[in-house]
Amino acid sequence: MAIAARKSGDVILELSNISLSFGGVKALTDISFDVREHEIRAIIGPNGAGKSSMLNVINGVYRPQQGAIRFHGEVRTDMNTHDAARYGIARTFQNIALFKGMSVLDNIMTGRNLMMKATFIEQAIYFGRARREEMEHRRRVEQIIDFLEIQHIRKTPVGRLPYGLQKRVELARALAAEPKMLLLDEPMAGMNVEEKQDMCRFVLDTNDQFGTTIVLIEHDMGVVMDISDRVVVLDYGKKIGDGTPEEIRANPAVISAYLGTVH
Amino acid sequence: MFYREAGQFKTSYDADSQIFPIRQDRIGVALMLAVAFVVVPLVATPYVFSAILIPFLIFALAALGLNILTGYAGQISLGTAAFMAVGAFASYNFVLRIPGIPLLVAFVLGGLCAAAVGILFGLPSLRIRGFYLAASTLATQFFVVWCLTKIPWLTNNSSSGVITAQKLEMFGYAFESPASKYLLVLCIVLVLALAAKNMVRCSIGRSWMAIRDMDVAAEVIGFRPMRTKLTAFAISSFYCGVAGALYAYAYLGTVEPEAYNLDLSFRILFMVMIGGMGSILGSFLGAAFIILLPIFLSQFAHGFGLPNSIASNLEAMVFGALIIFFLIVEPHGLARLWQIGKEKLRLWPFPH
Repeated sequence: MAIAARKSGDVILELSNISLSFGGVKALTDISFDVREHEIRAIIGPNGAGKSSMLNVINGVYRPQQGAIRFHGEVRTDMNTHDAARYGIARTFQNIALFKGMSVLDNIMTGRNLMMKATFIEQAIYFGRARREEMEHRRRVEQIIDFLEIQHIRKTPVGRLPYGLQKRVELARALAAEPKMLLLDEPMAGMNVEEKQDMCRFVLDTNDQFGTTIVLIEHDMGVVMDISDRVVVLDYGKKIGDGTPEEIRANPAVISAYLGTVH
Repeated sequence: MFYREAGQFKTSYDADSQIFPIRQDRIGVALMLAVAFVVVPLVATPYVFSAILIPFLIFALAALGLNILTGYAGQISLGTAAFMAVGAFASYNFVLRIPGIPLLVAFVLGGLCAAAVGILFGLPSLRIRGFYLAASTLATQFFVVWCLTKIPWLTNNSSSGVITAQKLEMFGYAFESPASKYLLVLCIVLVLALAAKNMVRCSIGRSWMAIRDMDVAAEVIGFRPMRTKLTAFAISSFYCGVAGALYAYAYLGTVEPEAYNLDLSFRILFMVMIGGMGSILGSFLGAAFIILLPIFLSQFAHGFGLPNSIASNLEAMVFGALIIFFLIVEPHGLARLWQIGKEKLRLWPFPH
């Protein structure tokens, strides 16, 4: 089956004039961009450009001092993490943030916590709704385990896994929430070529099969240019470019930020 | 050779998420229960019941409570004895002031009072963590004991603050013999341990471990840190409260507030550390280690016919050395040693 030209839908996330500072340090200055449904949106930029801060603003870990976020048909000045999770924003972290003491299966099951309704008393007697829910969600989690090809490690404590697999488990945990939007913070950092290829395939498949919108931070330009639909470029907390990969490649401001200018 | 799951296939998720997925384990547990319920009451002497088994079970329950908070939810607490005191004195007051209340209900209410106090003193955990939290839970310890000594109403105006627990009567039966008390405590502890195991393998347990291991990620995934930490405090304190009530009713009989001092909190914390953080089994192993080892050591010392003074000092030294030894060999506790042993046993005697 040929991959149909992906159609991006309407704008589902719109950030306008976001400014964020920590004390005197300005992390983000007056940034606006939007994300369309079902697209892969990349955020790139040199180190310290404010990419991760941007993701943290989107899912409510940081609260910007200025600006507006429109998501889920609602305009607000900042997100909070719980609302973001409830609205269907999931994410992975730059430095793997798995729950080290738990097995792969339990880690992925945590992704479904918002869908579990049993009270702690039902859970304590492990009867009725609690048990039913465990089984139902286990079934869904097993599908994600199959999808990401990590069947062989489902009972292993995540602390014992190699780096590449941990990244994959983290993706699985995010997918378990069945997110509308997935924020990936450098999903391919520190991987070799094969692992990167695998990860690219999983990202594209997720986008394709589940229709998940993806916002991605990545340093590997080859990957970014290949898989993303539109790219935002940040430098020193300011937006210096926004457009399709081709446009970005030709943008003189972007080239000078990455390669420097002739003085 | 005999301990292997080869050939035991799981065909449903239900079967795969049993507490003891391996058949040999299930048989072992059934045997242990049979010994605990049938053989022990037949052979044990009253001394063994009241000096060894009953305190072991009660401390295991308290350690289990602390393990929920510290081992699973990652919140260090030095207030365990205080929560036990609240459970004991609250139960005492419920029985005293509400005539005809069933004792079991009084224990549960006592546990709930402890849970309320736990939530109150758990509030600082929303802002501080680690050693600083431990220091702030110390406040519970001093505050509760101070309250119990200074407010005479709580101890029914007893001049020295000493209370005598009412008779242990349930369902019209008086638990007077050590064996019957042991069976009662055993039942309560088993039910609560099973409930704890169920909680830690369900969503609530995962929320505790998530907050323990990586709080930002837990928050991003949708767990609410405040609710998670406070339920951990509440449930942990409930367990400690029930343990405290049993400590007064089934073990000591007569208690003063000072019985629930900082020393006791530390003992229970050591049980959790030595038994294994984040393990239900570990709470039992830790309690066994701290309670039983000194008894074995003193028997051993007497066997050599050493003079009393030397024997008791020697005991303390060996005990301390063993604690250090175990913490160096296996910082994750006896439960981890047990688990490693089981993994090795699967391949024994043909490791290839």
